Amino acid sequence: MTRRQQRMFGVALLALGIGVAAALTLTAFRKNLMAFYTPTDLVAAPMKPGASLRLGGLVERGSLQRGEGLVVRFTMADCEHKVAVRYEGILPDLFREGQGIVATGAMDGDGVFVASEVLAKHDENYMPPQVAKSLQTPQGHACGQFRPLTPALSPRAGRGRNIS
Amino acid sequence: MIAELGHFALILALGVSALQALLPLYGWRRGDARALAAGRSGALTQFALVALAYVCLSLCFVNGDFSVAYVAANSHTDLPLMYRLTAVWGGHEGSLLLWMLMLSGWTFAVSLFNRNLPDYITALVLAVLGAIGVGFLLFMLTTSNPFDRHFPVPLEGRDLNPLLQDPGMIIHPPMLYMGYVGFSVAFAFAIAALLSGKLDTAWARWTRPWTTAAWMFLTLGITLGSWWAYHELGWGGWWFWDPVENASFMPWLVGTALIHSLAVTEKRGLLKSWTVLLALLAFALSLLGTFLVRSGVLVSVHAFATDPARGVFILAFLTVVIGSALGLYAWRARIFVTTGELQFLSREGLLLFNNVFLVSAAAAVLLGTLYPLAIEALNLGKLSVGPPYFNAVFVPLTAPLAVLIGLAACVPWKNSRGRDVLRLMRGPAAFAVVCAIGLPFLLQGRNTLVAVAGTLLATWAMATAGQELLRRARSHRVLAQGLASIPRGVWGMSLAHFGIGVFVLGVTHVSTFGAERDVRLAPGQEAALGAYTYRLIEVRGLPGPNYDADVGTIEVSKDGQRLAVLQPEKRLYRAQRNVMTEAAVDHTLLRDLYVALGEPFNNGDWSVRLYYRPTMRLVWLGGVLAFLGGLLAMSDRRYRLAQAAARAPDPSASAPA
Repeated sequence: MTRRQQRMFGVALLALGIGVAAALTLTAFRKNLMAFYTPTDLVAAPMKPGASLRLGGLVERGSLQRGEGLVVRFTMADCEHKVAVRYEGILPDLFREGQGIVATGAMDGDGVFVASEVLAKHDENYMPPQVAKSLQTPQGHACGQFRPLTPALSPRAGRGRNIS
Repeated sequence: MIAELGHFALILALGVSALQALLPLYGWRRGDARALAAGRSGALTQFALVALAYVCLSLCFVNGDFSVAYVAANSHTDLPLMYRLTAVWGGHEGSLLLWMLMLSGWTFAVSLFNRNLPDYITALVLAVLGAIGVGFLLFMLTTSNPFDRHFPVPLEGRDLNPLLQDPGMIIHPPMLYMGYVGFSVAFAFAIAALLSGKLDTAWARWTRPWTTAAWMFLTLGITLGSWWAYHELGWGGWWFWDPVENASFMPWLVGTALIHSLAVTEKRGLLKSWTVLLALLAFALSLLGTFLVRSGVLVSVHAFATDPARGVFILAFLTVVIGSALGLYAWRARIFVTTGELQFLSREGLLLFNNVFLVSAAAAVLLGTLYPLAIEALNLGKLSVGPPYFNAVFVPLTAPLAVLIGLAACVPWKNSRGRDVLRLMRGPAAFAVVCAIGLPFLLQGRNTLVAVAGTLLATWAMATAGQELLRRARSHRVLAQGLASIPRGVWGMSLAHFGIGVFVLGVTHVSTFGAERDVRLAPGQEAALGAYTYRLIEVRGLPGPNYDADVGTIEVSKDGQRLAVLQPEKRLYRAQRNVMTEAAVDHTLLRDLYVALGEPFNNGDWSVRLYYRPTMRLVWLGGVLAFLGGLLAMSDRRYRLAQAAARAPDPSASAPA
C-alpha cells in the first residue's frame, strides 16, 4: 500500500468504528428505555402484559402480605388509583408502608404488576416523623406530598432485587 | 465564634481568589512582573484561608455545635469521633468546602512545584485556577454556606446518614474529589496554552504529571467507591451504572484519553488541538458531575437537599466556564498547526484509536445519563435507562481497548514494519490463548465462550505489559540492571496496563461464574449455592454506639468442611429510625462469600441474601494497580528535567560579553 492508501484505509477504519459505535449505542438505547408510570397512568392507558415498565407510587398502609417463601404482595397507590403488586425477593431497607417506592416489572394477565426489582425512595430531606405525620390524610397517604409525582421520586438508593 | 471565623475566612478567600484571577492576567498583558508574581502569593493565601475554614468546620463537628445548621443536620452526640470528622463532607455544604479545599490545595501545589516554568505560564495557570475558585466560593457563600447558624438551637443533631458511617467513606470522597478537581490543573494548562499560543513538547511535559496525578486519584476514588457500594449497600453489586457513578466515570474515560493523547503530543508533537480539547472536556465533565450530584437533579445515595437556586447557580457557572473555554478554543485552536505525519500502524496511530474508543464510550455514558433528565426537564414524561443499556454499549466499545493495549506495546512510535510487530505479538498471543482456555477451568472448573473472550483480552494485556518490560531490560547484560534502567514512566504504564488486565479478568469471571440466591431460613436451616452450603446458626440482638443491631451468624462450608463464619448485621440507627444492612464477607483473592440479612418474619425466620463472587478482589486490585502505575509514571525523572530545562537560562543571553 502506498502511504496515501494506508492513510485512507485508516480514516475509513476510524469512520467505520465510529459508525458502528453510534449504531450500537442507539439500538441499545432504544431497546432499553423504560417508561415511568403512576397507578393513575396505568389505569388510564393499560399496558399489555409482559411489557416492562417502572411503576412509582406509595405502598398502601395495611396492604403488605407475606406469602410462601419470599413472596410478598402489596398495593401501590397514588391519590386516585391502586395497583396490586407481587414481588418475590428481599425488600430494600427503606421499604415501608406509606413510603414511596419505584418498582420495575410488567403486568401479568390478571392485572397484577409483577415486580422484578423494588427501589425504595431515599428520604433525602430527613423529614422528622411528626412533620411527615402532619402531611398525611386519614387514609394513611401523604397525598399533599405525593401529587404531582415529584421529581424526587426516581430513587436509586435502596434497592431490592429479585434473583430467581 | 469558630463558625464565624470560618465564614470570615471563606469571604477573605473569595477576595483573594478574585485577585489571584485578575492580577496575573493584568501582569501578563502589561508585562508587569510584580503583578505576574501575585498569583503565587495568592495561591498560598487562598489555601491557608480555605484550610482554616475547613478546620473551623471540623471543630464545630468535634464540639457538636448544633447551632450551626449543617452540623445539626449531619451530626449527633452519639456519633463516634472518626465519623464526626468525616461527616464534614457528609452533606452538600461540607462537600463543597472539601471541593474548594482540594482546589486551593492543587493550586498551591502548582505554585509550589512549577517554580521552574516560565513565569507567564505559571501566572496564567494560577489565574485560571483562581477564577474557578471565585465561582465555587461565590456558590458556597451565596447558596450553601456551611457555617449558617440556626435558631432555636436543636438539642440534638439529626445524625450522619448511616450509609456514610463506614470506613470506606473516610477516604472515598477525598480521593474522588482529588481526581475531579485535579483535572482543573490540566484545564488551566490548556487555557494557558490557548491564551499564550505556546503548545509544544515542553508544554505537554509540564502538563502530563499533573494530569496523571488527577487521573490516578480519580481511579482510586472510583475503585474505593465501588468497594464501598459492594459491602455497604448490601446487595453484592460493585457497579450500578447509577448516574452518580457515571458522573465520576465520564471524566475518568475522557481523562484516560487525555493522558494518552498527551503522550502523543509530547513524543511526536501531534494531536495538539485534540489534546487541548480533551483537557477542556475532562474538566467540563468533572463540573457536570458536580452539577449532577450537587444540584438535586438526581436523587441518589449521594444527593441530599434539593434547592433550585443551587441548581441554577451551578448550571450558570457550568455554562460560563465551558462556554468561554470552548469559545476560546474555537477562536485560538487554529494556531496549533500540526506538521508531523501520522501513520496508522504506529504507536501514535493506535493511541488515536484508543482515544476514539474512550471518547465514544464516554459519549455513550453521557447519553444514557443525561437523556432521561432532558426528557423529564422538557416534560415529555419520565424514562429511565437501565444497566442493560450501559452493559450492551460499554462492553463492545471497551473490549477493543484491551486489544489495543497489547498491540500498542508491540508497535514503536513513528512507523513500523508489520513483520516485526507480528514477531513480537506471537509470544503474548499464544500465552493469552492458552490462558483463555485453561484459566477458567483451573479457577472455576468450567468455561464459557464469554469467559474465553474476557480471559483472552485480560491475559493478552497482562502478557504484553510484562513483555515490554522484559524487552527493554534485555538490552542490558544483567536482568536486574536492565530492569533498574527502565524509566519510571514505562514501569508506570506497564503496571497500569497490567492492572487493566487484572480488572478485566476479575470482571469477566465474577460476571460469568458468580452466583446469588435469596432464601428464607429458620435458625438451623441451610441453603446450597453452587458447591457451598450456607447454614444460619442464629440471629441475636446487639446494641452498638448509636444503633441497635440484629447480628446473624452464618456458617459457610464446602464438601463438609467449614470455610467461614459470617456475621452480617441489620442495624437500626436510633436518631432517624433508619434501617441499614451490613453485609458480611469472607474473601480470598479468588473468591468472596457474601451474605446479607434481609428481614425477619413473624415466626423467627429471616430472609437472607447469599452470594458467591469469584475473583471479586481482582476488580479492585486492578484499580489499585492502575493507581500505583499512575503514581510511578508521574514521578518519572524526565518531568523534573523538563522543568529544570525550562529554568536553565538561555546560554547565549547570559554569556559574559
